[in-house]
Amino acid sequence: MTENASSLSEERIAYLEGLVNQARTAAAVFTQCTQEDVDRIVKPMVLAGLEQVQNLARLAIEETKLGVLEDKVLKNLVATEFVYNYVKDKRTVGIVREFPERGLVELAEPIGVIFSLIPITNPTSTVLFKCIMAVKTRNAVIFSPHPKAWRCCSEAVRIMYEAAVKHGAPEGIFTCLESHTLEDNAYLMQHKDIGLIDATGGPNAVKAAYSSGKPALGVGPGNTPVYLEKTADVGMAVVDIITSKTFDNGTICASEQTVVIDDEIYDLVLKKFAELGAHVCNEKETELLGRTVIDPSTGFMQPLAVGQKATDIARMIGLRVNPNTKLLIAPIQGVGREHPLSVEKLFPVLSVYRAKSVDEALKVCVDVNHAGGLGHTAVIFSRNDETIRRFGEVINAGRIIVNSPGSIGALGGVYNDMVPTFSFGCGTGGGNSTTDNINVYHYLNIKRVARRTPAHMWFRVPSQIYFNMNAVENVRRLPSRSTIIVTNPPLEQFGLVDIVRRYIPPETHVHVSVIPDAEPEVSVVMQGVEALNFYKADQIIALGGGSVIDAAKIMKLKYESPQADLEELAAPFLDLRKRVIDFPSEKVNRARLIAISTTSGTGSEVTPFAVLTDKERGRKVTLADYSLTPDVAIVDPQFVMSMPKGLTADTGVDCLTHALEAGVSIYASAYTDSNAMQAIRLVFKYLPIAYEQPQNEEARTMMHNAACIAAMAFANASVGVNHALAHAFGARFHVAHGRANALMLPHVIAYNAAVPSKFMPSPNQRGYTAHQKYALVSDLLGLGGHTIEEKVNNLVTAIERLLDQLAFPRSIAAMGISKEDFALAMPELVKNAFDDPSGRSNPRMPLVSELEELFWSAYKGRGLAKVASASQQRTS
Amino acid sequence: MATIAEWLRIDAERVIEGLEDAREMLDSANGELVLDFSSVRRIDPGAVRALQTLAATADEKTVKVVLRGVNIEIYKVLKLVKLTRRFSFVT
Repeated sequence: MTENASSLSEERIAYLEGLVNQARTAAAVFTQCTQEDVDRIVKPMVLAGLEQVQNLARLAIEETKLGVLEDKVLKNLVATEFVYNYVKDKRTVGIVREFPERGLVELAEPIGVIFSLIPITNPTSTVLFKCIMAVKTRNAVIFSPHPKAWRCCSEAVRIMYEAAVKHGAPEGIFTCLESHTLEDNAYLMQHKDIGLIDATGGPNAVKAAYSSGKPALGVGPGNTPVYLEKTADVGMAVVDIITSKTFDNGTICASEQTVVIDDEIYDLVLKKFAELGAHVCNEKETELLGRTVIDPSTGFMQPLAVGQKATDIARMIGLRVNPNTKLLIAPIQGVGREHPLSVEKLFPVLSVYRAKSVDEALKVCVDVNHAGGLGHTAVIFSRNDETIRRFGEVINAGRIIVNSPGSIGALGGVYNDMVPTFSFGCGTGGGNSTTDNINVYHYLNIKRVARRTPAHMWFRVPSQIYFNMNAVENVRRLPSRSTIIVTNPPLEQFGLVDIVRRYIPPETHVHVSVIPDAEPEVSVVMQGVEALNFYKADQIIALGGGSVIDAAKIMKLKYESPQADLEELAAPFLDLRKRVIDFPSEKVNRARLIAISTTSGTGSEVTPFAVLTDKERGRKVTLADYSLTPDVAIVDPQFVMSMPKGLTADTGVDCLTHALEAGVSIYASAYTDSNAMQAIRLVFKYLPIAYEQPQNEEARTMMHNAACIAAMAFANASVGVNHALAHAFGARFHVAHGRANALMLPHVIAYNAAVPSKFMPSPNQRGYTAHQKYALVSDLLGLGGHTIEEKVNNLVTAIERLLDQLAFPRSIAAMGISKEDFALAMPELVKNAFDDPSGRSNPRMPLVSELEELFWSAYKGRGLAKVASASQQRTS
Repeated sequence: MATIAEWLRIDAERVIEGLEDAREMLDSANGELVLDFSSVRRIDPGAVRALQTLAATADEKTVKVVLRGVNIEIYKVLKLVKLTRRFSFVT
């Protein structure tokens, strides 16, 4: 029951309910039909319509007293033949489109019952058009024609219905409301079983449709501006405009309303109009016409003039014109209520405006467009592509018709390749939901079957990696005219720079750029860029730990692409391939970057990441892009033989954390896994030896390789929540990165191995595998255990044992940080850890509360991290 | 004591007539009537109306009507005309 039901009698409601029930049943039964079934029905319907085009046109003229017989015949032809030509090969049942490369399939689902309003101006053609569309899409339609066009419409419905049912459409597929009222329309518009309202008609009908709360295609009035520009073919333009404006006595809402003519051709155009049968009104006649055919109280056209002949309209104002007059031309001086003829006129009266310039012409066209024509149709006659483009940009119209008649052009399929229609979508400007020419696709729900498409993965590392003792000799093979060595003071003092210089060919100019700080900042990097420019360097050798190599990466970036904005490039992103900011591809300089690492942990020599300190803003800038990856990596253990024990431990655990986190990352792949696993194996075997026996060359070599191999894994699979926690904690309490990682690691493994409270969306992973991956690591290390839980717990224990061996503090508390200070810092720690991009590749989504729990676990320390069995986790 | 339900196979060529027969069987049905639709590929609006009538009569006579072997296309038709809630379905 709807709210308007109270004004309807019980009998009337029963009648309307019967119509809906019948249509609903027909639509339901129709869903069983295949595309072939539908196409077998549509063709004979079209043929039946074609057979009756003249009879239906005659009926329409007799009943509505509007329009021109010959033109109505043409409209009926377009509504059948042209529409059929458009729809005949269209798929509207089952699969309608496929995109195999995107894993997408589109399927059609009918709407069900459509309630359709039919206008007085185009009655039979609109019915024919909508019947064809409905059957093609397996929908049922209840028609509500304009009361003054009921007989011709019901006859058109009957013809189409009989042909459709005869060829297999379900009974009840079309019905026509009998002697209906606005209350009937309101009742049906709000009926729960009406799927769509297709309201072609005046503004009230469209408004009622959209106000009903139902999905609606409400397409209404227009006010078509025409720009007749000085380069146009005037002869063709005048004929086209007369053809269009007089077509069916101007009843098509896309027909021309005001022609804005360039001053240079204005007189010529009016002369041509007059020669071809138009009467050009003088000022007095124009004024009289405006008062007669436009309602002064509303500013809209008088219904009595709609669809009448020019001679009859002339008679209305007592104007004697030649009996062959086709069109009345009314010069106007502006647009708006004070210029009544500047509005829509669905009869053969055309306003004209003389424009002194292109800008003025465009302005007046925009004014007309906004005076009731937004979203509908506009026309331009011009040979100037630039003017056509400007017109298209400034005019808001769903159809911008070029060098052809507005009304027939907008119908589509005759003068252009637009979709044939009898309903013009006017977009939001016209209060409509679409600017399209309404067609079969608006009578369908399109369903999309989207298959899982794993993102394309990659494995990107430097094209050249030289490793093992004396690998630095390979510098000799890399020709350079001018090389800058970027390093830091201790390395220069200890003679490491000299080792590198030894292998640089003598003809190469070498300059050493020493970075003073352990954590280089933007200004220091910019000094390096100045040096690169000064020496016109074609090679950069970064000799140092992660900070030095990172600084060199950014120097190279700014040297090659000075326009690069570091602040902008540091913008956060979720997926490297879909990031908002692109790294610059245009380069003004080119330099090879050789990275020689002097620590065995960060792996910066093969990664696409760079971290820089921005002291001005008091924060770190992290850049990530594969263009930052060094061109050449040299992994030569001679540069790490003198690493102190603490640094050996810190960097070694950083390396282990890289490998473990890459192994369980949502971006992990077989390529990264193989690197991660190998690195873990090497760390467990050689880190304790390198720590206890710093001069053990084999241990140093293997640890140096392990750091690089782990970095290749995380360069392509990223890290996880361990790094997010360590970054936040390290920055707040000034703790070395490797040490901060060590404090978190056992707890993070236990956390990731548990059943997540929230899964991380990860199209590349099949199910949750973090616990299995850890168990695999445990097996690789020969740690024993039978169940996954036992194996993971054994891994945690082994890591804790390793950390003890390396003399890491057992807890944050053990580092002398008071519980109060830690609690005070907690909001900032959690916020920064949550914001850290590292967490986004973690296998489980870290909740804010969980990050806090992890921090507190690390505060309490080792020996507490344990993985419960899945059943225990569920019951806990 | 267990009862044996009345059973009727619906002929694909005579769906409406079959449903009318089924309606007549409601009096003798022992609380349940099973209609075998496994040979029916499609139904038309007449069959939908016959099913509506059958459902109404079955309600009056408190007989449970079970439709057996209804294909998914016909099931969707019945869903759209809101008839699924008035029958039981077995595959």
